[in-house]
Amino acid sequence: MEEKKIYLSINGKEVASAPSQTILEVARENKVFIPTLCDCQNLSPFGACRLCLVEVAGLPKLVPACSTPVAAGMKIRTDSEKIDQYRRLIVELLLSDHEPDCMFCEKAGDCLLQDLAYQYGLKNSRLKGERRAALIDDSNPFIERDNSKCILCGRCVRVCDEVQGVSAIGFIGRGFQTRIGTPFNRKLNCEFCGQCIASCPVGALTSKPARRKGRKWQTRWVKTICPYCGCGCNLTLHIKDNEIVGVHSDSSSPNEGYLCSKGRFGYEFVHHPDRLQFPLIRKGGQLVRAEWYEALRLVATKFQEIKSRHGNNTLAGLSSAKCTNEENYLFQKFVRAVLGTNNVDHCARL
Amino acid sequence: MKKINSREEFDQLKKELEMLYNQNKKRIIVCKGTGCTASGSVKVIEAFEQEIERAGLSDTVEIKRTGCHGFCEKGPIVAILPEDIFYQQVSVEDVPEIIERTIRKGDLIDKLLYQDPKTKQKYVYTHDVPFYAKQKRIIFHHNGLIDPTRIEDYLGFGGYEAFVKAIFEMTPEEVIDEVKKSGLRGRGGGGFLTGLKWEFCSKAKGKPKYLICNADEGDPGAFMDRSLLEGNPHLVLEGMLIAGYAIGAHRGYIYVRAEYPLAITNLKIAIAQGQELGILGQNILGTDFSFDVMIKEGAGAFVCGEETALMASIEGRRGMPRPRPPFPAVKGLWGKPSNINNVETFANVPFIITKGSQWYSEIGTEKSKGTKIFALAGKVNNTGLVEVPMGITLREIIFDIGGGPPKGRKFKAVQLGGPSGGCIPEEHLDVPIDYDSLISLGAIMGSGGMIVMDAANCMVDVARFFLEFIQNESCGKCIPCRIGTKRMLEIVTRITEGKGEEADLELLQELAEGIKATALCGLGQTAPNPVLSTLRYFADEYRAHILEKRCPAHCCIALIKFEVDVDLCKRCGLCKKVCPAGAVSWMPKTAASINKSLCIKCKTCIENCPAQAII
Repeated sequence: MEEKKIYLSINGKEVASAPSQTILEVARENKVFIPTLCDCQNLSPFGACRLCLVEVAGLPKLVPACSTPVAAGMKIRTDSEKIDQYRRLIVELLLSDHEPDCMFCEKAGDCLLQDLAYQYGLKNSRLKGERRAALIDDSNPFIERDNSKCILCGRCVRVCDEVQGVSAIGFIGRGFQTRIGTPFNRKLNCEFCGQCIASCPVGALTSKPARRKGRKWQTRWVKTICPYCGCGCNLTLHIKDNEIVGVHSDSSSPNEGYLCSKGRFGYEFVHHPDRLQFPLIRKGGQLVRAEWYEALRLVATKFQEIKSRHGNNTLAGLSSAKCTNEENYLFQKFVRAVLGTNNVDHCARL
Repeated sequence: MKKINSREEFDQLKKELEMLYNQNKKRIIVCKGTGCTASGSVKVIEAFEQEIERAGLSDTVEIKRTGCHGFCEKGPIVAILPEDIFYQQVSVEDVPEIIERTIRKGDLIDKLLYQDPKTKQKYVYTHDVPFYAKQKRIIFHHNGLIDPTRIEDYLGFGGYEAFVKAIFEMTPEEVIDEVKKSGLRGRGGGGFLTGLKWEFCSKAKGKPKYLICNADEGDPGAFMDRSLLEGNPHLVLEGMLIAGYAIGAHRGYIYVRAEYPLAITNLKIAIAQGQELGILGQNILGTDFSFDVMIKEGAGAFVCGEETALMASIEGRRGMPRPRPPFPAVKGLWGKPSNINNVETFANVPFIITKGSQWYSEIGTEKSKGTKIFALAGKVNNTGLVEVPMGITLREIIFDIGGGPPKGRKFKAVQLGGPSGGCIPEEHLDVPIDYDSLISLGAIMGSGGMIVMDAANCMVDVARFFLEFIQNESCGKCIPCRIGTKRMLEIVTRITEGKGEEADLELLQELAEGIKATALCGLGQTAPNPVLSTLRYFADEYRAHILEKRCPAHCCIALIKFEVDVDLCKRCGLCKKVCPAGAVSWMPKTAASINKSLCIKCKTCIENCPAQAII
């Protein structure tokens, strides 16, 4: 059942919305820009960055647009001078604790903090003081965390908890020294799905295999489907000089942008020198390059030989989870109808 | 104790206990609160036990180990009933004399009586001692009379009558209405109307509902909640039972700091006794109402006093506030409607039910009703806990009850409301205090911490202290609190070190206002208050630090020259006597001088100099 519409106003303009929406959602639908850092698709509102604070007529305090539901007749202002001043202050505070090394940062050009600094033109901050020392966790082959770049938006923590259900990381410490880390500061030992990297709006979490191989926006993007399993997650390959240098998944895809460790990091095989790129036939104890028709004909001949000599049920088929549903269907059809046996199974049952 | 299953059995038990309590019996009351325990009251109790047995008085004299009497400065405190003789700073050596002279003969022991440091007058009875004379001890009334580990004591003084009245004679709506009419406001700091809060939760959809008692007292210097839990845990439990009945909750949590071991012990005893007697548990006194209480010990994070952080902590998550809405009344603990009140708030409730909202609302001011307990600390003669009616002036609390700053020093300011509060100068001491007047003065009621400061306190340093506290305790979630208060702390620290610049004041003001407007929770939103209030009343001190590189209070070490002003020096030689580093040279009748290469800048000389000659 469709929810009944309610009406409210944003910056003096009347807009319609569903009553269950937040101010931020309604603003976005109506192309009203509200800056955010901690807001992230599918994750619960966090209310930490305070950039989305807006004025609501009749309320004594500013309210976060990300977590405040709309109400009929609400009069919202997102662009007052006061709000602009507070947003600048918040970004200025973040920058005062952030090494300005965008030149070397993987995320340059694709960084929400950089965008905000640019937007507000905050070059010479009046706020100078202690900066958190670089605390880099480089203990695994996939994910690098640099806590000095972290803005503690909590997206990685929430995606790990709410989407992946792993809770490998959390907030540690208090005050200025608060940081994201693992229990008891142990080495990161998780599923390495890399959801945290995808959710990081700055350069605190980066993919190690993709490092210095080209920033995301400098690559050519090719959409494809992950070959690893039947889930069929959407992949967007980052191609540079005809080589895959990285992967992301579009958040509008059926897999909502989430990938597993194989989909996100397991692309190196594509250009690996040991990769088998053509069929080989063993001749006189040596594997010799062959043509596809040659190889397939050999296999078909051998199947027929076994069938006629030993009977259909001496053959069996084992299919792979890498195949799609359609491929698996065809496979079992082949085994049953062509090979003539019901000996067919699938690796996912093992 | 036998379980009671009906109102009749409850009334019968009360009658028996009241009859057992002989008003005229000789009772020696010894305070076993944390303060008096620290000053040796456990040994005093043991000595009384031995002496009474030796004197053969075991049948006629009773010793009561009670909770805190509030006058911690003068502990261990002993009161003799029924006369209510007040003895202070009682040592083990005094015990035989008390038995021999006061108990046996009815004589007074002069040296144990309280003497007013200013007027030199001595006082015999508790209610005459100036510290108590202006107080209105309602919540604390039984703290000094009952043994907190005995439910019989509490019942004997009318305990659980309010709860029984509520469940047998009132509907939950009537209870809420009564609390609303009383005008009771939350004692944890916010000052929200308690009855209204209950009503929100009672009307919220969803089951089960939870009731939470916030005993995560954390403001520096405040300890009234600890005192209540230690000295009268059943009063808090009774308040919770009434609230649980009113909102329809069957489970209550008490979130108490693990640093309060005695409070936890006494609470556990009280809960076990309540369960044994049938005041807590299933079908209480044969009614449909069931209620049980669990204790959750906090691991020592100031921010867990914030209600959403507290609930996260109970759930086993990191104590970090979350944005509201949804409010706890709608979606609180475990995602269910929850009501959370502070210890002192719950302790007020039984009195409202027993004596009525009319009686209660006659105490206090128009918008702030009842009494409030303040923790009086700092540069004041009588430190301790004082319960006063709302509307009393700060001057009455600090000077009449507290006896003013010691050694005749000049009062400078009083810090109210802990790290969220502010400093109020002398000129505003005559304002009647309530929630709203304190806010307009730039402070807050908070949980009732009251730190008195004299001329030797530097207001910039006070602001620095509270900022440091906030920085250490900030959960780090929101940017304004995490980085903003850090930058403020850095600026204020620079000023105390003589490295401040004029532009710093403007920047401080901007940061303070920005943090106030944008921080996520109450901790961050109020964190700039100590700076804002000192900037408001003591801007001159900031300027002296910045422009003249001088600390008028002689407090900030970097700005003290550690030199003797020859014109001011009285040539008494006290500085030489007290200097632990041998850095002072002095000869009789000559001015002292300080050898800077030996000086360790401990300020002992400054604190002792009668002429303030060390600059």
